[in-house]
Amino acid sequence: MKLTLKIWRQKNADTKGKIVEYPIDGIDGDMSFLEMLDILNEDLINKGEEPVAFDHDCREGICGMCSLHINGEPHGPDKGITTCQLHMRMFKDGDTIFIEPFRANAFPVIKDLVVDRSSFERIQHAGGFISVNTSGNTIDANAIPVNKHDADEAFEAATCIGCGACVASCKNSSAMLFVAAKVSQYALLPQGKVEATERVLNMVKQMDEEGFGNCTNTGACEMECPKGISLEYIARMNREYMAASLKG
Amino acid sequence: MGGIFNSSVGRKFAMALSAFFLMIFLVQHFAINILSVFSADIFNEASHFMGTFWVVQYIFQPILIFGVIFHFVMGMVLEIRNRNARSIGYVKYNGNANSTWMSRNMIYTGAVILLFLGLHFYDFWFPEIQVKFIDGDMSGLLDNGEYRYFEHLQHKFVDGWRVALYCLAFVFLALHLLHGFSSAFQSVGANNKYTRGLRGFGKAYAIIIPLGFIFIALYHHFN
Repeated sequence: MKLTLKIWRQKNADTKGKIVEYPIDGIDGDMSFLEMLDILNEDLINKGEEPVAFDHDCREGICGMCSLHINGEPHGPDKGITTCQLHMRMFKDGDTIFIEPFRANAFPVIKDLVVDRSSFERIQHAGGFISVNTSGNTIDANAIPVNKHDADEAFEAATCIGCGACVASCKNSSAMLFVAAKVSQYALLPQGKVEATERVLNMVKQMDEEGFGNCTNTGACEMECPKGISLEYIARMNREYMAASLKG
Repeated sequence: MGGIFNSSVGRKFAMALSAFFLMIFLVQHFAINILSVFSADIFNEASHFMGTFWVVQYIFQPILIFGVIFHFVMGMVLEIRNRNARSIGYVKYNGNANSTWMSRNMIYTGAVILLFLGLHFYDFWFPEIQVKFIDGDMSGLLDNGEYRYFEHLQHKFVDGWRVALYCLAFVFLALHLLHGFSSAFQSVGANNKYTRGLRGFGKAYAIIIPLGFIFIALYHHFN
């Protein structure tokens, strides 16, 4: 397969970036998208040029590190996958592929296609945890009964890998789906209910302070989420937030 | 409590509440307007009641005006904040892959509706205010002793260009409601087993109400 890649190149956070065109040949449909970029980088290194910087780690769709905006969509044209799970068979010989970093002011570009998603970490620090006594008096989690429905919903929310595709796909750069998943995964379980009020208030406050946009319910985040996190979690967070605000 | 509406969740909640109020108002407005197709007398009676009953005039009307202004101002505030959240846009952005045109362009459909409201107020609301509160004539009667409401309505829809503008605005209203109806429920946290049915109802509402207004405008133009 012969392709034309149009890749965002940016030396560092302080310089302006631009799209640079790279022709590439000999790409097999069974290769992953990141393997294709590996081949491009080998070519660039052999030519003495700077390789394209991009985030990746597990390459199994688990870690949430890969974060490319491919042909106008986060994680590319396939659904329910991360960039590392995208295969080149999704493209045709002769295609032009635009590859850009996830865009949001809260995700500043560090270099080329690598963005700083530590804003997600700070939101987690604001409330994405439960406080448990670990000084020898830990209660077995299984000692507290949890009904099946709540457990399933909490686990579904917990599948969020924090990749940021929700923010990247949203026309408003809203992080509501991520925050809603993180709020819900604790709030649905008895261990998380103790701090539920403070959690939702603090996490939403931090989200707003990071400069993410407001949700306008376009549903793009749900469509592009590699783990299929539902908009129902945003509705749940909205309810919890308003109830917590009235209490607090 | 005071900080609720300074938060992103609180702002969308407030936006949804104003949307619910405006959507209920639309049904009431349509219900009265459609009477004009069936009976001039009943339309006149209903219009006179709405135009002179103190609860409508001094309680509901100010709330409605506040609701309209709030909805548009909050919409603009949200739009500005959202644009500021992404200073550098994508070179290639395929919004159609994951969302509807209506959901991504609420600010534009809303702006067209706002412009239409200017025309609508010029046509109907300002003359009402002039007659009732400046001239002090609360009778609602013409010189010939008949109510003026039906005559005023028919007179306004004589011009083809005005009818065309009204019809165009109602198309934009439909586009706005096609996303806005279900979006308002999502914003107040109502997403459950009834959501699928509610979306269907919302689509029907978003098409039937504007289509009904178009029908009324065309009916009076051709009659």
